[in-house]
Amino acid sequence: MRSSSSLAGALRNPWVLGPVGIASVLLIWSLISLSGTVDPLFLPSPPAVWQAAADQFHGGILVTDAIASIQRVFLGFALSAALALPLGIAMGSNPLICRLLEPLLGLIRYMPAPAFIPLLIIYFGLGELPKVLLIFIGTFFFNTLMIMDAVKFVPQELLETALTLGGRGLPILTRVVAPYIAPQVIDAYRINMASAWNLVIVAELVAANEGLGKRISLAQRFLRTDEIFVGLIVIGLIGLLIDLGFRALLRRSCRWAS
Amino acid sequence: MHLSVNGVSKTFGDGRHAKLVLDDISFSIKSGEFVALVGSSGSGKSTVMRLIAGLERPSAGVIALDGKSVDGPGSDRGMVFQKYSLYPWMTAAQNVAFGMSLQGLPRALVRERTAYFLEVVGLQDAARRLPKELSGGMQQRVAIARALAADPKVVLLDEPFGALDLQIRETMQEFLYQLWQRSGITALLITHDLEEALLLAQRVHIMAPRPGRIVRTVEADLDRSNLAHLRVSPPFLELREELVTTLRNLDAAAI
Ligand SMILES: Nc1ncnc2c1ncn2[C@@H]1O[C@H](COP(=O)(O)OP(=O)(O)O)[C@@H](O)[C@H]1O
Ligand SMILES: [Mg+2]
Repeated sequence: MRSSSSLAGALRNPWVLGPVGIASVLLIWSLISLSGTVDPLFLPSPPAVWQAAADQFHGGILVTDAIASIQRVFLGFALSAALALPLGIAMGSNPLICRLLEPLLGLIRYMPAPAFIPLLIIYFGLGELPKVLLIFIGTFFFNTLMIMDAVKFVPQELLETALTLGGRGLPILTRVVAPYIAPQVIDAYRINMASAWNLVIVAELVAANEGLGKRISLAQRFLRTDEIFVGLIVIGLIGLLIDLGFRALLRRSCRWAS
Repeated sequence: MHLSVNGVSKTFGDGRHAKLVLDDISFSIKSGEFVALVGSSGSGKSTVMRLIAGLERPSAGVIALDGKSVDGPGSDRGMVFQKYSLYPWMTAAQNVAFGMSLQGLPRALVRERTAYFLEVVGLQDAARRLPKELSGGMQQRVAIARALAADPKVVLLDEPFGALDLQIRETMQEFLYQLWQRSGITALLITHDLEEALLLAQRVHIMAPRPGRIVRTVEADLDRSNLAHLRVSPPFLELREELVTTLRNLDAAAI
């Protein structure tokens, strides 16, 4: 009885089953590479990948690459988030602005951001600017439209109550609309941050001097699958950390919403 | 204080879709009065209230507060909605303080008045709790305190207890009545519950639907020293019975 209920508790705890899933994949991976059935050129062993990671880390490449990629993501995303907030609020609270811009944004949103890369390279060359702008293009329209939706769904009574308490335009925006949409805005940022992270890798695959995506495409040229694995795992881990960061921010700043 | 609603009509939509929701509504409230509007759902009660609050404009007629025509929402007409419209991210105290702080009152005064009004509604111990940590009845008391703290000339209550359980509703009715007696507020209560209206208000306007109009006004001159007794006293029950019949006939005629 007791053991079965503690088992049920463990099954519900996200910190138990998650690691079990990861460990099983690691185990299967190890078994396959130990069995020697797959050429290490295609599937490097876990120790080989670990060694490649250690080499890159000690050589300083790993950190330089990660910083380069993270910088691009944060610049592009900060620009996107900062501009999407006022525009999303304006579209959500003013039907005229919404009718004017929603079809346009809805259209651009469906143009895949990587398809802008050739244009960005023609306009801005191969430096940092086109990469940052790619991340901006890939996230700005989603951020804006998601914030707009959040604003549209602020309950009417909350706004009307503020009006009957003596509230006016701007104070209502900053003291009712902004706090109400905060959880949705943070969540929109969290979701779209994932595509920013995807895009930076795509941009670096095309053209870059350093960055995690660049490292992967170089590794491919030299058939270093171990380094490709390192790149993939590091990209995944950084993305996961960013996601967890947003979740923690959401939990801490919006206790009322849970 | 004198609130007058004079010949007010309201039509929603236009052309073929035009729908007359209120037809020539007139009544008035003076300082310190407790007036109720009662009618079945859809008879236009909330619309009357939204017009007085300035959240909608009349299609015809005039609403005036102290001789000044109402042309938008303002803090001189406080409002309590049926659905708890507390700000979920603010504590009870912050909700009560919100109107005063929007109006730019000095911080010290806001704090003092917040404490005072929380005490008036008996929630001084819940000051730091979030709305989701309060029961439905407590939430409505916070909403009432918030409306009063903004110092309105008249408080508009739209089915304030409609979402509460019967038991709590009766407690809240007595709470509201005592609050009105003690603090000398002016209140317009909207309800579909005839008993509630008769129990609390000195004057009850009965509304009929399609289009919404006042069909009868009752001066409910009753001994309210003990509401629990009043609820079951023969004169009260008789009056209630008679009005229930009136309402039922009106609804039958409208269908
Ligand atoms: N904004 C609006 N647009 C169109 N019709 C409305 C609007 N508000 C209310 N109505 C209509 O007016 C009638 C009265 O509604 P309401 O005032 O809410 O009645 P009550 O509060 O007595 O239930 C209903 O038929 C409702 O559909
Ligand atoms: Mg109503």
